[in-house]
Order: sequence, then structure tokens, then C-alpha cells
Amino acid sequence: MKKKLSDLLRREFRFLARPLNLWSRLLLFLAAATIVTALFFPLWRMHLVAPQYSDGLDLFIYSYKIVGGGLNGQHLVEINNLNHYIGMAPIVQADFLEMRWMPFVFGLITLLILRSVVFGQMGNVVDLFAVYCYFGLFSIGSFWYRLYQYGHNLDPRAPMTIKPFTPLLLGTKQIANFRESSYPELGAILLCVSVVLILLAGWFSRKETFA
Amino acid sequence: MKTKTQLVSVALLAVAATFSSCDKSSTAKNERAQNAQASYVAPGEKDEYYLFYSGGHSGQVFVAGIPSMRHITTIPVYAPYPATGYGFDDESRKMLGDYTWGDVHHPALSQTGSKYDGRWLFVNDNANNRVARIDLRDFKTHQILGPIPNSSGNHGSSFVTENTEYLLVATRFSVPLPKGRVADPNDYEKEFNGMVSALKVDPKSGEMSVAFQILTPPFDWDLGSTGKGPSSGWAFWTSYNSEMAHDVLESNASQKDRDYSAIVNWKAAAQAVAEGKAQDMGGVPVLDPAKVPGIMYFLPIGKSPHGVDTDPSGKWISYGGKLQPSVTVVNFEKLLQAINKKDFVHGGDVRGVPVLEYNDVVEGEVPVGLGPLHTQFDGRGFAYTSMFIDSNITKWKLPPWTDEEKKDLNKVVLDKMPAHYSTGHLVVAGSDTAHPYGKWCVAMNKLSAGRHINVGPSQPESSQLIDISGDKMKMVAEAYTEPEPHFAQILKVSEIQPIEAYPKAENTDPNAVWDKEHTGVTRNGTQVEAKVLAVRSRFVPDRIDAQVGDDLTIHVTNVEQTRDMIHGFGLIENNINMVMDPGETKTFHIKLTKPGVFPYYCTNFCSALHQEMQGYLVVANTGQVMPGAVYTSGAGQAPIPSAGANVPATSNPVAPAPGAAATPSPQR
Repeated sequence: MKKKLSDLLRREFRFLARPLNLWSRLLLFLAAATIVTALFFPLWRMHLVAPQYSDGLDLFIYSYKIVGGGLNGQHLVEINNLNHYIGMAPIVQADFLEMRWMPFVFGLITLLILRSVVFGQMGNVVDLFAVYCYFGLFSIGSFWYRLYQYGHNLDPRAPMTIKPFTPLLLGTKQIANFRESSYPELGAILLCVSVVLILLAGWFSRKETFA
Repeated sequence: MKTKTQLVSVALLAVAATFSSCDKSSTAKNERAQNAQASYVAPGEKDEYYLFYSGGHSGQVFVAGIPSMRHITTIPVYAPYPATGYGFDDESRKMLGDYTWGDVHHPALSQTGSKYDGRWLFVNDNANNRVARIDLRDFKTHQILGPIPNSSGNHGSSFVTENTEYLLVATRFSVPLPKGRVADPNDYEKEFNGMVSALKVDPKSGEMSVAFQILTPPFDWDLGSTGKGPSSGWAFWTSYNSEMAHDVLESNASQKDRDYSAIVNWKAAAQAVAEGKAQDMGGVPVLDPAKVPGIMYFLPIGKSPHGVDTDPSGKWISYGGKLQPSVTVVNFEKLLQAINKKDFVHGGDVRGVPVLEYNDVVEGEVPVGLGPLHTQFDGRGFAYTSMFIDSNITKWKLPPWTDEEKKDLNKVVLDKMPAHYSTGHLVVAGSDTAHPYGKWCVAMNKLSAGRHINVGPSQPESSQLIDISGDKMKMVAEAYTEPEPHFAQILKVSEIQPIEAYPKAENTDPNAVWDKEHTGVTRNGTQVEAKVLAVRSRFVPDRIDAQVGDDLTIHVTNVEQTRDMIHGFGLIENNINMVMDPGETKTFHIKLTKPGVFPYYCTNFCSALHQEMQGYLVVANTGQVMPGAVYTSGAGQAPIPSAGANVPATSNPVAPAPGAAATPSPQR
């Protein structure tokens, strides 16, 4: 029994010590480039349609800013105007403190990936994957929490009283006269692509040996 | 036996009759369905053309859509219009000046290269001698020029030259000049004069200014038309009353067989002014054609002619004979030849203005019917003239005519369509440019008697939409308008892109306020000034304090930037209704004379809580200050305690809630 366990551990150790071949390193580099590119695109988009707004109102969430669609981001102003009727707090960029250091975190991850390109060890890939997943899940979780907050801290003195709700994280929902859709945008898709590239990097070197 | 055959044949005839009438009613049904289709614009779809109607003595411009003929909006010009707040704020009140009405007859779209360029629409005021400019970027009146000095009865206006260098005017009423001078109408011939005026249009801003004038005898100038192509640089007017009568014009001005049309070389006139050949009258350079040859000629045209229209090629000029049953077509090239050869009527100048020999320049008189008024062209070689007395539109072929046709011009009259009733003006898109377009003609009729549901003695006007694409005209739809359109202009919808909200960056009003921090009421002695912000669904501030005897000025800014988010500011029992479009700031001032609390409220429906959008103007007795009054000390520093608690005063009170701030939550 003990022997089987230590064999397993030894195999695991050897696996993690495998070197990353050229392809893997290239894929990791590509993953880093993809992350950097992703930052220039919106991560998420919320789209609101109503009879009076048949063209729709858009909210674009980037890693470092939140912007409304329309001329000069007018949609955000419009959404805040509408939200004040139900007592929802105005969405103001300054309140999204996390956006101040998100780019820093992404930079750090990119650095770690580049480090793995140089150090070239399978273990790096596992680290990266773990950190990435943690970061990703945490982000989605706190994004959901933000939505929960906005939908639940409604001003009791608002003209229209509605039951507290959580704006949808993913999907489409009808709220009063608005049909709200919430979907990932190009930025988020690129981030997913980059994690796939990291996994692929590991896959291509899974049989590598030293010699 | 006989009876049986008789019965059978009667039966057969009856059956035949039923079938044939079935046939007729089904063709009628088909035609009806086709016409309905042709003018139907389904919900959600849009019209293809703008139809800008002159509003006559309503003083406004009506905008309808073609082919639906639906009224879309009214653009106020010369009369106050509370629906859009026109005439209630300081700026529009100043533009209207001393008058609360005007008589709009002839709208003219601005042109470049003899094609509509979609920038401006100019409209005349026959009554108070003014011209207005509407900007097609926002469909608003931006300038009212006038009363024009030395010019009375601004009927023969507004006619733009092919690059909108000038807007030309001629007077319907001759008066002693300069205006303000008094003379007895019995001395009409000696003391009264008419005037042709040229208003310069600034090519960038569209701003009009009086450039120069040409003195004329006291004929009653009627309509005008500017030339293009070969007739570029020239303009033409009709007149009636070359009899120079001053009373019972109905008969006294209809005695002569022919009246003088004015042929004006405005380019030469502008040149003459530049060369210093004009005299000053009331601050305007005025040319006397007797002293400055080459700028004006007269051509006798029968009889009391009304409309004059230059065809798209610039070569043929059609005069509607009003009191004779024909349209006189003049050949401009022959006219130019006659002028160059000095082929004038011997000894027949009128006050120094040479008179052209009729037979040398007239191409023919087309027998169109009774009471010909106005002509429009479709660009395919055909002309359409309105018959006031026959109540028809007559379609005829323009020259060049074959010899056979010239012998009997009845041959060029192709179609007559009844109109209901007594058409005045008609309009074909682009007819007054070198490039007419579209398949529609709109006839604007003077009598609508019996055509619409009965609405009492005051009657609306009827307009009819006619399809002129085929050989024969087809009447497709009928609509009714307010009194009373004269001429109109048609513009393709795709040619212009009006804005629907005023961008914040363009608002240069120093009294505009965009956030609550800058609103407030200030007092300087008896001058009280309030800067108010209007947004869904509140005014900030919603309380203004003043006293009897104060001069109160209120500036309201509509801070919205979304289309159709219009807010009004109606002040109870003080005769104020300002309406602000999104992004607009408006100002009004009043002298407060009565004490009391006067509510103000949003008059233009804006939101679900529009009803709740209100405030109070507290006018205390002189010297009395209400306990709740709040004044700011200058350009709005300390914010006013606002009535609605759901207005976050500074930044967001919700986000820094314990949970949210702590989470370093990146979005994904």
C-alpha cells in the first residue's frame, strides 16, 4: 500500500518535473499575448431592450473601466437615470475599486506565464492553471456579488418599490419593461482561450523526458 | 310566345348588366387598392420625402411626409407656438420682435449648383416684410430678418439663386418710400414705388443681410423665379397692376391686356453696387434702373399673370396667365439675343426701363384652361400647371415643339386632372432646381368645401397627392391641413440627417448648468436669477424665492442627451411655457408684480413620474423673506437641500457598503 502511494508520488514528481518543449513554450507565450490582447476588449456586456428603447442600451465592462454604449457613453447615463426610479445606486466608475488594480493582476499573471516560458517546467503549467482558475472563479464570484449588491441595496425612499433582485450574470431575464441580457464579450472569450492554450502547453509536453 | 321571348331577353339583359357592373366595380376596387398601397406607409415604416408646406397666415411651416401625406410636425416661425415653447423664452421672443403673426407664402430650400443642399429653408412674411431662415439640422427658426427697409408686401419672395448667393424679394404693395413717408394714395403713380431686394446669404452660417435693392414703378409684383444654366444670373417676376391703380384693384388693375414682367440681371446689379452706382435709401444701396442700364427689363405678359417658373434647363420660362386661358412660354435664349441686339419696343420704355418686344421672345401660348396660376416641371420635358377656375391640373409638353405643334398648341396639352378645388400652388420635388426628382406632385387647393367631414364655418385646406410617373396623372391621396399652405418644397428624407438632441459640447450658453452643484438662486438687489436643471423627473432646485418688485430671470437646462426627452417649464398664471429639448438651455425673465406661491411644472410629458416633476415659485411681499428660502452666494457653490431624497448628493452612498468595498472583485 505504502509502496503504491510512494510510486504514485514519484510518478507525480517526475511528471511535474518534465521539461516543456518548444511548442509548449510557444503556446505559453501565445497565452500571454492573448491575455494582454484581452485587456483591450470588453470582458462582459449587459444589454437592455424595452419598447421605448428598441435599439437597446448597452453596458460594457472592461478590466479597467465600465462604459456605456451610444454617443459618448450616453447609455450609462440613461441606465442610471432609469435605475434611480427603483432606488438602485448609480453605476459610477469610481466605485469599482477593483478596476484600479485588475490590470496589475493581469500583468502579474502574464509575468508568471513568461516566467514559465523561461523556466520551462510542467509544474509551472499546473501552477498557472491553478492560479488562473482561482483568479477566474473569484472574479466571477465577486462580479456576481456586485450584481447582488446593486440589486439588493435599493433606496427605501425610491419612487417605485420593487422586490430586491440580482441582475443576471449570464443569460436573459425580463425585469419590468426591460429584457436584460448578460453575456461574456470578446475579452472574456480571449481569456478562456488563453487558459486553453496553457492546458495545451502542458498536454504537448506530457511525455517529455530529460535526455 | 312573344311575352316569353321578351321575358327571356329582359332577363338576359339584366344578367349582362349585372356582370358588366361587376366588372366596373372590381376595376374600381383594384384601383382603390392600388392607390391605397401607393400612399400607405405601414406602422414602423417611414415616408420617403419631406413635404415642407408654407403655413400662410398661420405664420408657420408645416412638415408632412410623402407618400403618406401625414402631418409630422409644425415648425413655428412668425407666430408663438406654446407646444414647443416658441415665443416664450427670451431668444425667440426677441426674434419675433413686435409681431405675433406673419404670412408665409413661398418656402425655398437652399441650393448649391442648382440642387437642394439640405442646409436651410427660407420663408417669407408677406405681412410684415420679413424673411426667416430655418436650419434643417434641428428644424428650428434661427433668424428672422426684417422688416426689410424700403420694401412692403413681401410676396414675391423668397427665391434663392442657384448657389444661394442671394435670396430675392419683390414687393406686392407699393408704398411711399422710404417707409414712414406719407403720401395720398390718389397720387399713387407719382408717390408710390415698388422694390426688388437682394438679401445676401452667408455661405457658412446662412445669416441673411440686406445687400442691395432696385427701385421699380408702383406695379404689384407677384411671383418670381431664378434662372439657371443659360439664364443663370437672371431672375424673373410677374406683376399685375401695371395700370398703377390704387383702388378697386379687382377691376382697375385688370384693364390692360398685358402687364410687365421684370427681367432682372442680379449679377449685373451686384456688380453695379460694387462699382458705387447705387444711392443710399434707409441704409440700403438702391439702384435706379433708369440710371443704371442693363440691370432690369420689362416684358409685357398677358393677363395679370401670376406664377412664373423657369424650367430645369433654364431655357423656358412659363408665365401663368391668370386672367387669360393660357400659359405664355418665353424662350430665354431669344430674350438674351433681344437684349443684346437692343431689340426693344420703340419709344416704349417705362421710367427708363427698356421694354422687350413680345413676339421676339415668346415661344408660344399654351391653351391650358381657365385661370392658369403656377407651373412645375418633372425633368422629363413635361410641365404641370394649376387652373384655379377650371379646378384642374393640366399637363403639357415643353418646347422644343414641332412646326405642327406650333401651329396648334392644343396638341401639346396632354392631360387634365380635376382637383378639389381650385388649385393654387402645386409642387414637384426639385422643380425649381436643375434636377427634379420623384414621381409625385402635390396640389395645394384653395377650397376644400365638402371634401372633408364637416367642421363648421372655418375650413381646413385640401392637398392632393398625384402620381405623375405615367402618361396620365393619377390622384392617389388627399389630406387636409391647417390654413393655409401656399407653395411647398419637397426634399428626399435621405438627403438630411437632423440631430435629435443637442450635444452637451455644443451648448455654449453661459447660464447652462449640468450638475446639481451648479444650480441655485442668487439675489443682487432686486435682480433674482435662478439656474435650474431639468432631468427625469425633477427640477433642481424645485423652489425659487423672490419678492414682489423683483426682476426674475430663470435659466432652465434640460440635461438629457437622449432623443425625445423633452422637458417643459410652465409657470402657473404668469403666462410662461418654456420647452427645452434635450441638451438645450432657455431663459426668460419677468417682472414680479403679484405675491403668492406659483407652482411650476413640466409641461411636456417626459417620464413615468412626469406628474411629480414640479416646483414652487414663492413670491413674497416686498422685503419679506420666507424662512425656507435659500440663496447661493454666487455661481452656485453650496448645494441646495433638494426635495427628493433619492437624489444622491455627491457620490454613491451604496457601493461603499461593508461587503462591496472589501471584495477585490475583478470582473471576468
